[in-house]
Amino acid sequence: MNDFWIEGEPVVDKAAPDGPVETRWERRKFAAKLVNPANRRKLTVIVVGTGLAGGSAAATLAEAGYRVKSYCYQDSPRRAHSIAAQGGINAAKNYRNDGDSVYRLFYDTVKGGDFRARESNVYRLAQVSVNIIDQCVAQGVPFAREYGGLLDNRSFGGTQVSRTFYARGQTGQQLLLGAYQAMERQIGLGNIEMNARHEMLELIIVDGKARGIVVRDMVTGEITTEFADAVVLASGGYGNVFFLSTNAKGCNVTASWRAHRKGALFANPCYTQIHPTCIPESGSHQSKLTLMSESLRNDGRVWVPKRAADCQKPAAEIAEEDRDYYLERIYPSFGNLVPRDIASRAAKNVCDEGRGVGPGGLGVYLDFADAIKRLGRKAVEAKYGNLFEMYERITGEDPYATPMRIYPAVHYTMGGLWVDYDLQSTIPGLFVIGEANFSDHGANRLGASALMQGLADGYFVLPNTINNYLAAGPFPSLSEQDAPVVEARKQVEDRIKKLLEINGDRTVDSFHRELGQIMWEYCGMERSEEGLTKAVGLIRALKEEFWTRVKVPGKGEELNQNLEKAGRVADFLELGELMCIDALHRRESCGGHFRAESQTPDGEALRHDDEFSYAAAWEYFGADGKPTLHKEELNFEYVHPSTRSYK
Amino acid sequence: MDIKVRVWRQSGPSSAGQMVTYDVKDISPDASFLEMIDVLNETLILNGDDPIAFDHDCREGICGACSMVINGVAHGPEKATTTCQLHMRHFKDGDVIDVEPWRAAAFPVIKDLVVDRTSFDKIIQAGGYISAPTGTAPDAHATPVPKKDADAAFEAATCIGCGACVAACPNGSSMLFTAAKITHLGLMPQGQPERDTRVIDMLQAQDDAGFGGCTNMGECAEVCPKGIPLSLIGRLNSDYRKAISKH
Ligand SMILES: Cc1cc2nc3c(=O)[nH]c(=O)nc-3n(C[C@H](O)[C@H](O)[C@H](O)COP(=O)(O)OP(=O)(O)OC[C@H]3O[C@@H](n4cnc5c(N)ncnc54)[C@H](O)[C@@H]3O)c2cc1C
Ligand code: SF4
Ligand code: FES
Repeated sequence: MNDFWIEGEPVVDKAAPDGPVETRWERRKFAAKLVNPANRRKLTVIVVGTGLAGGSAAATLAEAGYRVKSYCYQDSPRRAHSIAAQGGINAAKNYRNDGDSVYRLFYDTVKGGDFRARESNVYRLAQVSVNIIDQCVAQGVPFAREYGGLLDNRSFGGTQVSRTFYARGQTGQQLLLGAYQAMERQIGLGNIEMNARHEMLELIIVDGKARGIVVRDMVTGEITTEFADAVVLASGGYGNVFFLSTNAKGCNVTASWRAHRKGALFANPCYTQIHPTCIPESGSHQSKLTLMSESLRNDGRVWVPKRAADCQKPAAEIAEEDRDYYLERIYPSFGNLVPRDIASRAAKNVCDEGRGVGPGGLGVYLDFADAIKRLGRKAVEAKYGNLFEMYERITGEDPYATPMRIYPAVHYTMGGLWVDYDLQSTIPGLFVIGEANFSDHGANRLGASALMQGLADGYFVLPNTINNYLAAGPFPSLSEQDAPVVEARKQVEDRIKKLLEINGDRTVDSFHRELGQIMWEYCGMERSEEGLTKAVGLIRALKEEFWTRVKVPGKGEELNQNLEKAGRVADFLELGELMCIDALHRRESCGGHFRAESQTPDGEALRHDDEFSYAAAWEYFGADGKPTLHKEELNFEYVHPSTRSYK
Repeated sequence: MDIKVRVWRQSGPSSAGQMVTYDVKDISPDASFLEMIDVLNETLILNGDDPIAFDHDCREGICGACSMVINGVAHGPEKATTTCQLHMRHFKDGDVIDVEPWRAAAFPVIKDLVVDRTSFDKIIQAGGYISAPTGTAPDAHATPVPKKDADAAFEAATCIGCGACVAACPNGSSMLFTAAKITHLGLMPQGQPERDTRVIDMLQAQDDAGFGGCTNMGECAEVCPKGIPLSLIGRLNSDYRKAISKH
């Protein structure tokens, strides 16, 4: 017994096939029930989200003959946050003949996830990765090519093989436009009903099955109930719980959280990826952080002054022998190319020692002087020109002349709604895909693997597994007057009314910023029992204050951006508490989760496989204010847990 | 720095709008233009006023949501820069800055600086795609694409669908946007089978959606944050003539 959570029954993935990992997906597809084409037209699927996951799923389901209703909060499905992904997408094509294979991608992903992901899921991801590239090329995605006309590849995030496909620094944009165009084609054909500027605010459950959603039209404020035979959430990640992150401003947890409140388990909420190469904050006006591609670390050298006293001096005045190239010093074999979590934590450590540079001492140098000397300015420009330009545009500093300043920022969330092998949550008929689910990355995601997972889920996995569920449909038709429908609608209306009535004296953003600071301080790059305990208290107090002092201007029946934000922040406040409790309960360091109490004598992460080799799936806070923990044991039959070492 | 902004305020699609002047004090030159509006909005809210509504999401110049006409120029004074990537260091202390929504028949104002751009999606629906249902694709290396074509297709495909080109065009024409998509898909071998119908259908759709005709003024390319060149419109026109002559 403890003050924060209750331990419940284990949770089991009943859809997972066993036997040889290579044929599990094949066998699952074969065992799944099919829906004949004539029946598909009678079945409706709601897809919330139009990013890589939701866009690809909506298009594919519509092509298969289902009736699809799609929702996004932006004014067009093309603007989903996936559009911002830069670096690339992995696939085990082995076009480079450098020893890559499905098995190697599987192995790297399980290991990269620090042995906290399911082998079956990861193997399937690696298998379908090759189909994704074929699909995208067929849609006309203009990937980078070599002079012979074949696709170019690069190595990304420290992998030893070149398996990353890319389109300059805009891979996400090009992949998303491919999915978006496929969607628009289906919209034109009348197979998808598109509802842009519509926000899902509640899930409708009837007879234990997910049967619809309550949405708010963000232009008129009208609340409607939408029905379907199954609901798919593809609503993205929740990095914005930190207020400052590299996510788009609108990214939120509301769709997932509403489902969680109604019974869907939320797994591993504390697994957050903090990206080492972002542009540091410039002041209190800061509204988001900008990622600089990781590829910069291939040629840039990271350093800070050896002495705190030198930190105020311009970089040029610090002599070579007074610089500490700390990554090269601590990790001689990987140097500046250590994985994201390690690079981020090392930056935090030197800044905590008072050796950070720039405003507030929250930055480290990423220096290209050597690269320019070695390769010439022209070569550096050809490789990184657009990134240097972006840096200069934002900071007003010229990175050819003075070193860039970088600092870690929240980038991706590995946690999400718990799903089984079929990507179905603990609520029958509710499927979760893309960054919104918890499935494939364990405690840490490898670079270029989120785009792969989003498209794998949407193009290839979900459209197969959902048949098995829909084969039992169509389900009884619903009416506005059915009790669960009336209730879900009332929940939304009451909440909006309450938010508007408080009329306090603090803005929504001020609460969001404060929550973000608590999360960053105590549930960021390094976590401790003491800090997390404190954070839970602070968040609970902040939540109370929010519901008594927030000021939301305007009405519900109009375009009201502060009302939208207020609803999202209210959910972030609950999620933040759960993240801290999850981080508190996991008394080990793994992947993106570093517990101060669990480190080796030389300060590296220490996992405890004996105690924590499980996914932590949480049930929503009970009446006593405590969430219930359900553990899903993880078994490693192929890739045996080992310790990561980058020294 | 201290500045004044004169912002278009319009409470709903059918209400009349007007420019309203606000003081913004002590704003950092490192703040972005949207962060300056954020700061202003925080004050408006606490004073009991209605904050300014505006579209934005990525704030990285890639989603195409942000859309402000600043001092008469779509996306403001900096070349090849979206509103969200414009920083206050490009303005001076004491400046008075006008901020208005996109104005075009096909982009009606919803509220303040927020406009309705679903007409762009309609153009894509009409043919801005390659029909390749999931699961039917051959191996990605089955058809090599000359690097030159792939690169040029990519350049055209970087259009973010923001609509600045339409806002800047005296005719409210969407030709640059449509030409970017026609060029992207028309340069890829996979895009050839639908090339003729695509251009015919997309041009029809832009007329139907209320966009104006193109008279080659070139204002669109001037403001395009992604540097989509005017020459692509020539390419579109030539594709169109070829397509019409065959049909
Ligand atoms: C700057 C940046 C760079 C990145 N670069 C890479 C990279 O190089 N390679 C890589 O693999 N990954 C990268 N990632 C990660 C990757 O982009 C994301 O994980 C991935 O795109 C998520 O896709 P998604 O479809 O799950 O969700 P999203 O693209 O976030 O889409 C979410 C959708 O849900 C909708 N939505 C959300 N809530 C609601 C609601 N309540 N009601 C209605 N609609 C809602 C939104 O409108 C949107 O359409 C990057 C991420 C960032 C931030
Ligand atoms: S062509 Fe340029 S201005 Fe027009 S929508 Fe595309 S990116 Fe925006
Ligand atoms: S907010 Fe996305 S382009 Fe400006």
